[in-house]
Amino acid sequence: MKKIIADREIDVNEEGYLVDFNQWDKDVCAYLADEQGISMTDKHWEVIEYLQDKHHKEEPLSIRGIKKSGVINIKEFYSLFPGGPLKKSTLIAGIPKPKSCI
Amino acid sequence: MKNLVILGAGTSGTMMANHLVSSLPKGEWKISIVDQYKTHYYQPGFLFLPFDIYTTKQVKKKGSKFLPKGVNYIQEKIDLIVPENNKVLLADGQELLYDVLIVATGTKTVPEEIEGMKGPKWYKNIFDFYTYEGAKALRNKFRTWEGGKLVVHITEMPIKCPVAPLEFAFLADSYFKNKGMRDKVDITFVTPLDGAFTKPRATETLHYLLEEKNIKEVTDFNIERVDYENNKIIDYADTEVEYDLLVTVPTNMGDPLLERSGLGDDLNYIPTNKTTLQSTDHENIFAIGDATNVPASKAGSVAHFEAEILTDNILRYINGEELKEDFDGHANCFIETGGGKALLIDFNYTTEPVEGTFPFPGVGPLRLLKESRMNHMGKLAFRWIYWNMLLKGVPIPFVDAQMSEKGKQIEKVQ
Repeated sequence: MKKIIADREIDVNEEGYLVDFNQWDKDVCAYLADEQGISMTDKHWEVIEYLQDKHHKEEPLSIRGIKKSGVINIKEFYSLFPGGPLKKSTLIAGIPKPKSCI
Repeated sequence: MKNLVILGAGTSGTMMANHLVSSLPKGEWKISIVDQYKTHYYQPGFLFLPFDIYTTKQVKKKGSKFLPKGVNYIQEKIDLIVPENNKVLLADGQELLYDVLIVATGTKTVPEEIEGMKGPKWYKNIFDFYTYEGAKALRNKFRTWEGGKLVVHITEMPIKCPVAPLEFAFLADSYFKNKGMRDKVDITFVTPLDGAFTKPRATETLHYLLEEKNIKEVTDFNIERVDYENNKIIDYADTEVEYDLLVTVPTNMGDPLLERSGLGDDLNYIPTNKTTLQSTDHENIFAIGDATNVPASKAGSVAHFEAEILTDNILRYINGEELKEDFDGHANCFIETGGGKALLIDFNYTTEPVEGTFPFPGVGPLRLLKESRMNHMGKLAFRWIYWNMLLKGVPIPFVDAQMSEKGKQIEKVQ
């Protein structure tokens, strides 16, 4: 389905996650963050870049990964993306949320 | 004589030995397989053991029974892989030189990763069911348990057989209903993911199962520690879930051998090309099953499909031909839903579990993503197939290594 994000038509799935990473840019990112009640800081951007890098290398995203990332510790991760941090940060990063097989 | 060495005689290793003994040129290759344990477990049976559906005898057999003649079986602990010298060191001091190495060392549960999990209450009111010992201890606990808060919990992903915890919750519901004490048992499913079902299609078609069985969900729960003195699990956001009986799936990790040998990632899985199954760092090292880091489910069916493709690629490698990029992440799993019914799912890297019929387009007899008694019979029949066909590398009729899209309502993953 389509959604207007930052004045553009973007393809998203039922849960609002981007379908095509090529449509992601910093404007889209800031818009999605705003929808989640998050205003982006340098630290947020750093985390987003880390997640995108892991995703492009096809490495699974996990809290353990965050712990070892060297970018941020887990408590900070929770405070930057309150609620479900992995769920929210992946949405904002334009990559699929971590999921199981069903 | 050239040497092919297989590390691990579990589901994957045993299948590879059986495939290769009949396909490698005779007289030119010696195949050795190393495993420290005598017993081969039917791991899908661990799900049924706690509920007295299977007996202990039905889930274990002597491993060497399933290895073909003509394969050199070594029962010994593996100390180290030395890729630079193409050799494997065993704990008893033996050295095995290899021309081709297959890593099939699987995955294990590591409850020590979470503070308080494997403490004084381990196997008292904190259990796993991913090991023979855990499943059996839990069976004994359930037999006399008088009820209370049952928490079924996943520590972190990835785990072997990702749907097993959910099946466990469904079977627990049936078990306590049959014992006439369901009203005394409160079942909660706790997951680090955003739901018991995580894909939109599955959530839509299957969420009713949780409601119908009165199973509560706690989502986005990333456990930090177990407070075993006060019987609660606590996550990084300080959310607490109380339990009387905690059934957890601990962190899953690859064999410490891979860490010792410098071949593993963060979780000791070996980086592997997801389509060819060749390790990314060494061209004569291949990997299969739960030991790899490929983004497919860690499940026996995946290992089975991988085995066919890996056999082909090893023959190509030996002949100096280009490897085939054939593995598509195909998985095919029965999911017990309790009450003598089950679901069947079929999916791969790019396709979500779909509705339709299996294995015959339009006919079935098994139906995908729908509960049925026939699917449950399929799951039970699978134990026979496992011991008698799958391990021995006998092809399972009508089921191909690559996923077929016929008779299914295909939707590509977005």
